[in-house]
Amino acid sequence: MAILEIKNLKAHFHTRRGIIKAVNGISYSLNPGETLGIVGESGSGKSVSQLSYLRLLPSPPLKIPDGEVLYRGENILGMSDERLRSIRGDKISMIFQEPMTSLNPYLTIGSQLTEPLMIHKGFSKPQALKEACKALERVGIPGASKAMKVYPHEFSGGMRQRVMIAMALTTKPEILIADEPTTALDVTVQAQILELLKEIQKENQMAIILITHDLGVIAGLADKVVVMYAGRVFEKGPVETLFEKSEHPYTRALLRSTPRLDRLEEKIPVIGGSIPDLSQTHLGCPFYERCEFRKEICKAEFPKVRKIDPTHESFCHVEIFK
Amino acid sequence: MSHSLWSDAWHRLLKNKLAIFGAAFLIFEIAICILTPWIAPYGFETQNLELTLAKPSLAHWFGTDNLGRDLFTRILYGGRISMTVGILASLVSVLVGVIYGAISGFIGGKTDTVLMRIVDILYALPFIFLVIILMVYFGRNILLLFVALGLTQWLTMARIVRGQVISLKHKEFIEAAKAVGVKTRYIILKHLIPNTLGPVIVYLTLTIPSVILEEAFLSFLGLGVQAPMASWGTLISSGVEVMEIAPWILLFPATMLSLTLFSLNFLGDGLRDALDPKGAKD
Repeated sequence: MAILEIKNLKAHFHTRRGIIKAVNGISYSLNPGETLGIVGESGSGKSVSQLSYLRLLPSPPLKIPDGEVLYRGENILGMSDERLRSIRGDKISMIFQEPMTSLNPYLTIGSQLTEPLMIHKGFSKPQALKEACKALERVGIPGASKAMKVYPHEFSGGMRQRVMIAMALTTKPEILIADEPTTALDVTVQAQILELLKEIQKENQMAIILITHDLGVIAGLADKVVVMYAGRVFEKGPVETLFEKSEHPYTRALLRSTPRLDRLEEKIPVIGGSIPDLSQTHLGCPFYERCEFRKEICKAEFPKVRKIDPTHESFCHVEIFK
Repeated sequence: MSHSLWSDAWHRLLKNKLAIFGAAFLIFEIAICILTPWIAPYGFETQNLELTLAKPSLAHWFGTDNLGRDLFTRILYGGRISMTVGILASLVSVLVGVIYGAISGFIGGKTDTVLMRIVDILYALPFIFLVIILMVYFGRNILLLFVALGLTQWLTMARIVRGQVISLKHKEFIEAAKAVGVKTRYIILKHLIPNTLGPVIVYLTLTIPSVILEEAFLSFLGLGVQAPMASWGTLISSGVEVMEIAPWILLFPATMLSLTLFSLNFLGDGLRDALDPKGAKD
């Protein structure tokens, strides 16, 4: 059974310039112990889709007009704030994109690491300190007991991201939402962090939702992939299937525009144009303007789901690869 | 192993010589003020009309004023008033201002609009007017004077803190704290307020002297302390009147006030540096 199931989730921002439909009816599910990668360009609604149902975005302007997010069968959207707070940070943890600013500069690493344990597990301060120290050791920070007393600015970006991971892991969450965890880090550190996530996932049997625009990261870590564009899901399926046998023009274009060492071309093909204005109503496919396979029908209505096989779904009118 | 912001700040503060000097001076001064009734050589209203406007001597260290009262004694008693006004009124202004500003900034939206319009309205009222209203309704009372001064000083503090909080609240560490499940109250108290301490302390060191001077102004209008009681403010203003014939009557209280303000500034600067973890050298 799926541990997290998102059904037709919509997240709209009501601003002075109109309604911005950042997330416009997306569905996917996450099984225990599985890694789900969400890819898409900036502004495709990857982060908003996660932050919205966890109530981490200011509301107003955010409104969730429709949808269901089931955590173990219980709808998160209908939960009281109290109930959600008991799950968020305990069963569902998050790591953020920017390790340089995700730690409070005025608190020691130790006092921040102990927060989730004291809030959710009812640990006393000394107990929590001990447990937090173990977590720091686990994420590979040398001299963990000394590091507990240090302030964030004394750590590098990679170290801070390790601290964030340690913090997210102290409560042994069932789901870890990693919002571009390696975007701000350099490539070697990035590889270390991803390796660390993989190891810990194996130990704790935890599911990961990995938000990224880096297809390389997806290839290395994800089991399943959801491709998002302009607040919509375009394609989803197992990672190999999507990389090898993608059925969607957008996924194909995205893959083509990724530089690869084994295929050194003179010029990397880019997708022309840019992501559409989300405050306008799009009846049809939001990729219409940029799609090289577009047809008349694409302009008028958003395609229904097409199941290529039981695990692979694509949302496109054109069966380009038949 | 109690490694908190405060204990770390304390250790850093101990290393700052100027700040320690300031703190020592203030503590000494406060101690003297508390002990005044027992150590003052004369009564604060004891007049010696044969010895008016006397120069400093062994009998009267700071000389005497135009009624022959011992200036040293009067400065000691005046210090009691001025220090209490400065400290109490500033505490009131910090407590009210920081909490008000933090709540307003953090909650935002309509709450923020309403709270800040209230501040605007209070800003628009001349503070003398406010103090007079308070005095009329609650009677003249020296404690009330402290509160009234504090209540007019918190407005700027609230605005400063609100601005800080607004710039901080969208930082990722606040989002992370929310994601971890920290309650709003603790986010404000533990995560936001310590981050605003720098400007708060700097502004506080400006508030204390301005409150002391405002008290002098009120006393001059007859709304503050009443003669024969004195505060540094009233001593200075009466010193100004006889400045040409007996300059020491102005000089001594003014020097005391300046020394106090110097010490406050040293201590304030030291505190601000000590409370910034990035200032740690070890």
